[in-house]
Amino acid sequence: MRSMREALLAFRRAPLLSVLGIITIAFSLFAVGLFGLVAVNIKETIASVEERVEIRAFIAEGTPAEAIAAAIGDIGSFPEVAKVGYVSQEDALKRARQELGEFRDVFDAGFLPASIEVRLKPGFRAPDRVRSVAARIATYQFVDDVRYGQEWVEKLARIRNIAGIAGIALGLAFAMVAVMIIGTTIRMAVLARSREIAIMRLVGATDGFIRRPFLIEGFVKGILGGGAALLLTWVASLLINQYIVKTSFFPTELAVIGVLGGAIIGLLGSGVSVGRHLRRV
Amino acid sequence: MIRFTDVTKEYPRTGVALTDVNFHVAKGEFVFLTGPSGSGKSTILKLIYMEELPTAGEVRVSGLSTVAVRRTEIAKLRRKLGIVFQDFRLLEDRSAEANIAFALEVTGAPRSQIPSRVSRLLTQVGLASKASSYPRELSGGEQQRVAIARALVNEPYVLIADEPTGNLDDRATRGIFQLLREINASGTAVVMATHNLELIRRSDYRTIEINRGQIVYDSGESKPVQPEELV
Repeated sequence: MRSMREALLAFRRAPLLSVLGIITIAFSLFAVGLFGLVAVNIKETIASVEERVEIRAFIAEGTPAEAIAAAIGDIGSFPEVAKVGYVSQEDALKRARQELGEFRDVFDAGFLPASIEVRLKPGFRAPDRVRSVAARIATYQFVDDVRYGQEWVEKLARIRNIAGIAGIALGLAFAMVAVMIIGTTIRMAVLARSREIAIMRLVGATDGFIRRPFLIEGFVKGILGGGAALLLTWVASLLINQYIVKTSFFPTELAVIGVLGGAIIGLLGSGVSVGRHLRRV
Repeated sequence: MIRFTDVTKEYPRTGVALTDVNFHVAKGEFVFLTGPSGSGKSTILKLIYMEELPTAGEVRVSGLSTVAVRRTEIAKLRRKLGIVFQDFRLLEDRSAEANIAFALEVTGAPRSQIPSRVSRLLTQVGLASKASSYPRELSGGEQQRVAIARALVNEPYVLIADEPTGNLDDRATRGIFQLLREINASGTAVVMATHNLELIRRSDYRTIEINRGQIVYDSGESKPVQPEELV
């Protein structure tokens, strides 16, 4: 109770320093937020492209329907498979005509083979997984050929790996910079009151008594800074949506984690800085 | 009450500050600590309020020994010591009464009791009319009175004063010294480090002289002054 009051008083006694501190925290977390926004959207884009990974098994002409139905049932029970479908010769022709527009008359009925179309579950779309499923499908007698755009799948996987590694490295760098900036800000706030800490110790305040208001102050600054950063990021994402490109915002959990992260950095920063003064004074 | 036994204090950077210091301060005594700058006066005071711990030997203050002391015990000890400095060490952003109340809040005193105790003390140090003044609005002597009031607010056994008149003119010095004598007369021991030989000469309190970290003169334990002798 007293600690809360003291923390509040600290804001009132040094409003400029407090507001500057919160703004600094907000902008350093805003940078992290913007980066996070980019990362989230790149990840989503890659995932949506990956959804299009499919395996197509071409079926020899004259294969009995029961054999195909049995195979489809089989393939559908593979753990990697999300969806299996049959594309008859007529369907294939229809599709080709639709997709190729002006060349629609090039094809005759019966020109394109029937096929089985397989889509994989998320997490099973890496090149070696795709290859292994394709190999299993190729073992059916009536399957002429299996295609899955090997080169494309591999390229996609490479892009995803690079994006992932770059994301982690940049994300860590951004987070570290934010931690350092917030740490310094909080440290300055504590330093500005080092005299007060010294006097508190002289009149017999216990370490906990001295520390508590600072911890609350750091936590509150972190929450306010984090909240402001979230708001800034949200506005930025709205503007980007409206004027540049359609993007998605953080899921709620991630936003909450971000703000709490700011609060925890504020709390720890305060704890460490006050601890330093308590030891020294 | 305060007992130094074979106390040696060595600082990692500046070297030996005290060598084999032995003395005892009885309850209610008034003791001057004197000696040139850097002789070790402040170190002795810091050892009393346990800002520093001895390198060798033992300091005992009201039953608490430096040999086995915990941080929380030091905090509790300081509530029973009043400490006053040359530079007053008041919080600039608080009024005189808030500075004094601060020392009470720290000890967790009931909030309802704080205002009456603070105003009683302000009256005692002669500053009742300046309760809401800020330190920058007060003279040096008045600031030191606030600092003394803060030191007394928890009814200490001992008042420790490190050059309390060092920044004050003669008139203010006499006023502060008179106040310290009154405080002593009401039963609180006073240990005062000072350069001011005039003050020492004018009173017949016990004097301990330090030079290069050793006690070179001790006039011996004096008997407490009676209130009636002060007038």
